[in-house]
Amino acid sequence: MLEDKDRIFNNIYGLKDTSLAGAKKLGDWDGTKAILGRGREAIVEEIKNSGLRGRGGAGFPTGLKWSFMPKVSDGRPHYLVINADEGEPGTCKDREILRHEPHKMVEGALLASFAMGANTAYIYIRGEFYREAEALQRAIDEAYDAGLIGKNACGSGWDFDFYIHRGAGAYICGEEGALLESLEGKKGLPRMKPPFPANMGLYGCPTTVNNVESITVTPTILRRGADWFNGIGREKNTGTKLFCISGHVNNPCTVEEAMSIPLKELIEKHCGGVIGGWERLKAVIPGGSSTPMMPRSVCDTVLMDFDGLKEAGSGLGTAAVIVMDENTDLIRAITRLSAFYKHESCGQCTPCREGTGWMWRMMKRMAVGDADVDEIDLLEEVSRQIEGHTICALGDAAAWPIQGLIRHFRPEMEQRIADFKTIRDDQAA
Amino acid sequence: MSAEVFEFTADNRRKAVEFIAKYPDGRQASAVMPLLDLAQRQNGGWLPRAAMDHVAEVLEMPPIRVYEVATFYTMYNLKPIGKHHVQVCTNLPCWLRGSDGVAAACRKNLGVDFGETTADGKFTLSEAECLGACVNAPMMQIDDEYYEDLDLDSTKAILDELKAGGSPKPGPRNGRKGCEPAGGPTTLTATAGKAGK
Repeated sequence: MLEDKDRIFNNIYGLKDTSLAGAKKLGDWDGTKAILGRGREAIVEEIKNSGLRGRGGAGFPTGLKWSFMPKVSDGRPHYLVINADEGEPGTCKDREILRHEPHKMVEGALLASFAMGANTAYIYIRGEFYREAEALQRAIDEAYDAGLIGKNACGSGWDFDFYIHRGAGAYICGEEGALLESLEGKKGLPRMKPPFPANMGLYGCPTTVNNVESITVTPTILRRGADWFNGIGREKNTGTKLFCISGHVNNPCTVEEAMSIPLKELIEKHCGGVIGGWERLKAVIPGGSSTPMMPRSVCDTVLMDFDGLKEAGSGLGTAAVIVMDENTDLIRAITRLSAFYKHESCGQCTPCREGTGWMWRMMKRMAVGDADVDEIDLLEEVSRQIEGHTICALGDAAAWPIQGLIRHFRPEMEQRIADFKTIRDDQAA
Repeated sequence: MSAEVFEFTADNRRKAVEFIAKYPDGRQASAVMPLLDLAQRQNGGWLPRAAMDHVAEVLEMPPIRVYEVATFYTMYNLKPIGKHHVQVCTNLPCWLRGSDGVAAACRKNLGVDFGETTADGKFTLSEAECLGACVNAPMMQIDDEYYEDLDLDSTKAILDELKAGGSPKPGPRNGRKGCEPAGGPTTLTATAGKAGK
């Protein structure tokens, strides 16, 4: 188990002072000038060596992403854009960082921006997080007043401005291309890639988009060293991670743990176990609503990291663990997610625009059993037609939960259909 | 609020200038979202066309570009709305913890269904997608505040307090702080101590 001394987020519950003075007492803004003094290359190298993989869902190596930014500016400014459009059902970690660890976030923004030659960073915060945006703004104002950011940040000679941009209720803006469109004042429609943001991002300038948690862990990694971070977890799945555990556990919570912790240990140690006991567990969605569910047999032993969950046919995603006990109607549960994806499809690509609605209508019939068994295969096939055939991953995200349901709980779907027929035949008789 | 004419107040005009200053010269269109939000707050929670036109004028944008944004994002209300906007999350993590009950308690207490406004214009009830407070489910958002770890009684109490003109305390309703496990944290139990050393 991770020890408190190795926890990066030492005020995640907001039990201590979140102001600049309080944050400094907890170790933030310590030696920032000296870290900047190591230079861009050294910072990027350290993050690469730490093995940090992006905490927003895709798990792309953060240091490598940073290294894609031009080393020398061609005259265009560079931008860091931080993605705080947290809206993947089950996920609520960035909210805690914004309101309880805002100074770690601001310090990370400075270091990351410097490492990529960006004098300006924007953070895109989902519109509903109004109080969270206020909390971060307070920290930004304090940092400006103390000379930690702004002109000659921390006395380093580097100028750095940091601005909040609030969203307005569109899940799709968590996709980086859509986020950049939205930041430019347009509808949030994902962009085709290439060109990639590192070449043509915000305002056509070199841009890197990183998740809040990825940025916020970087100051501690740079202070304690890559070896410390990659000594936690296992190879290619290093460091600590915020897990959000919701649903049928005794004590739902967000907690920082070592990457690769067994799922069962995570739930038993921090959440007081599954309600009624582990044997009452039916399924777990391990990484936010997009990741396919896993039955209890898999949950017994699976490790909570990128590769462990991939091997189990799912994914770490945002590490938002949704726990469902034996009384859960899994078909209804997935139908609710299908409604969500239909609601949030931006409508740009036909397979997603039409497909999410089609799958939702089909799932509504599956939920009551008003379907033919053959239609389960049809549903699976249509989900495969959507997956991988759209500009962004929302189509995939809509398809995977349904595929996970069919893969592990097809007998339950068939039973529902049989029961419906029995009742209908009885009524007709 | 009038739907015919709209202009920022002097105070909001100043705020608009501050928002625009966050973006590079010539990129003032980036401020369309904060300015629409500002206009909506000034106009009692919704955006008549006159407000969108005013934002377009301030930002020197074609009005159609502003309409596109205002119609794309769900937080912009294009028709009048109650004084308080009650939004109940019914997505999966909230549903697993009893959001059906919270929704029913709201319907019963307010006497309206999702998408409706009470006759006195005080409350609009909406079904919301995931609001990002899943470990504190079930929850609802009222105006700018989150109310979390709800049950039937606490839902009713919050609405009753609002009806009486009060300001119910936001946050968890089961006594815990933030997203810590109920009953107290399982981590960070040692007091203080500098991390990062």
